[in-house]
Amino acid sequence: MHPAYSVILFTTASGAGYGLLALLGLVGFNHGPASSLWFGATALVIALGLITLGLLSSTFHLGRPERAWRAFSQWRSSWLSREGIASVVTFAPALVFAALWLGFIASPEWIGLAGLATAALCAVTVFCTAKIYSTLATIRQWYQPLTVPVYLAFALATGAALLMAIASIFGLYQVFQAGLAIIALALTLVLKVFYWRRIDTEQKTRTIEAATGLARAGEKVRQWEVPHTAENFIMKEMGFGVARKHAAKLRRIMIAFLLLAILVTAATILVPLLAIFLSIIAVLLSGAAAVVERWLFFAEAQHVVSLYYGAERA
Amino acid sequence: MTSLPTPRPNQKKLGLVIDLDTCVGCQACATSCKEWNTQGYSAPLNDSNPYGASPEGAWLNRIHGYEVKAPGEDQSRIVHFPRSCLHCEEPACVTVCPTGASYKRAEDGIVLVNPETCIGCKLCSWACPYGAREYDYDHGVMKKCTLCIDRIYNENFVEEDRIPACVKACPTGARHFGDLGDSESKVSRLVAERGGYDLLPEMGYKPVNKYLPPRQRRADEKMQLVQSEPVKRDGKAVMDDFFRWADRLLSR
Repeated sequence: MHPAYSVILFTTASGAGYGLLALLGLVGFNHGPASSLWFGATALVIALGLITLGLLSSTFHLGRPERAWRAFSQWRSSWLSREGIASVVTFAPALVFAALWLGFIASPEWIGLAGLATAALCAVTVFCTAKIYSTLATIRQWYQPLTVPVYLAFALATGAALLMAIASIFGLYQVFQAGLAIIALALTLVLKVFYWRRIDTEQKTRTIEAATGLARAGEKVRQWEVPHTAENFIMKEMGFGVARKHAAKLRRIMIAFLLLAILVTAATILVPLLAIFLSIIAVLLSGAAAVVERWLFFAEAQHVVSLYYGAERA
Repeated sequence: MTSLPTPRPNQKKLGLVIDLDTCVGCQACATSCKEWNTQGYSAPLNDSNPYGASPEGAWLNRIHGYEVKAPGEDQSRIVHFPRSCLHCEEPACVTVCPTGASYKRAEDGIVLVNPETCIGCKLCSWACPYGAREYDYDHGVMKKCTLCIDRIYNENFVEEDRIPACVKACPTGARHFGDLGDSESKVSRLVAERGGYDLLPEMGYKPVNKYLPPRQRRADEKMQLVQSEPVKRDGKAVMDDFFRWADRLLSR
């Protein structure tokens, strides 16, 4: 599948934003306006900024962005519609939570509930995003039980790294933030490696013979004539031209980024003095890993229509 | 509404039956489809750079060619394979649509895109296993086969012209249009007689369009040119010597 930059930016940026916002909701309920005003304000602005940036960039992928509001209507059947609704609905408890934290609403007893609601809706939104992909039976590499967990894990890991970095900058670094980031990063790595193992070892059951129905007596089918004289939309979008030749190398790069992020995060526990510097490195490493992973998620995905265009198996 | 309509009793299922035995790959269906649909529903059907070095554009019907070779046979067979929307009974392209622009008509099962409400997210094209939907880069919306909805119900046409443009254009009668929900219709009987089949049935989309397989060749039809020609001791055909002699003679 063609890796559209707008979709990669959307899913990684908003994923990190939702991860950070969810963690703020979960760990921030004992914070109040008195304790950490600037930390809260900065973290919330970064989280909501990343989410908004992601949502805006996703509209660049549309042919008719001015009609995007229509996407809120088909939640009964469409995961894309559900994602759109969830992403907007999340802003409501998030803004209440932010107002409570920053003291605009003087009812600190509600901050816990608002935080929990925000975290839950963040998880729901990322879940919906992943479901768009994991329910497409046409793409074997996406139609996998690990697709949704990997999306959630990346959001959590990149969010945890951000939380640690922002807290460090405001002098609020705590070992538990590093521990949380290490667990989330390690979980992400394990899930993704299992995901790759599964898509590599799973039998490719769909064949050009089955797709064309021309081989019921055991014949061999081969593409003889293409249905076009120039590239067409199906070829461009389903990405037959995309070089998958660097996939193995890029997988190793992503694994290396995540391992380094874990090491750097662990180093903050040993050398708390360098927490700011090290945690910013961890953010960059985990963010880069997320972008590489998301690019591969598209580039390695093979659509079943490729069988009609000459692929022997999918 | 992108939720699928509940099938009615005796649900009408308009669709095509494509005879892979008689299709000669002439592209008449593809070009007449393009010609009709660039002025019909959801028009225009844009091309980019149409007079340039590499013209490309949205087509709703494309003709593939496949070489089919049976095990142990030395001759293969070419099958021309038109591919367009199959107007599935369980079209995931419809249910994934976030806006309701993609829909399946309750009255005849035709799958359509409303060009006024499509946002061009392209998710429907990802959900279609058959590559039936093509994005119109100029218009910013998805295009697909309408089964010539603006012909088949067009009362300005005489009865015989109320069929899809591709069916009308086919010079070998390889394309048939009708109600596949009615087991007594001409197309349904054709499917039953000839063993018409679904594409990728295991995916569960339940396509309405059917394909008729190429007929088996009779044994005496198989060409045996190589064996039947008189062969000299040096392994060359007698006729080859004659043609070489004629070539020398005519080259003077």
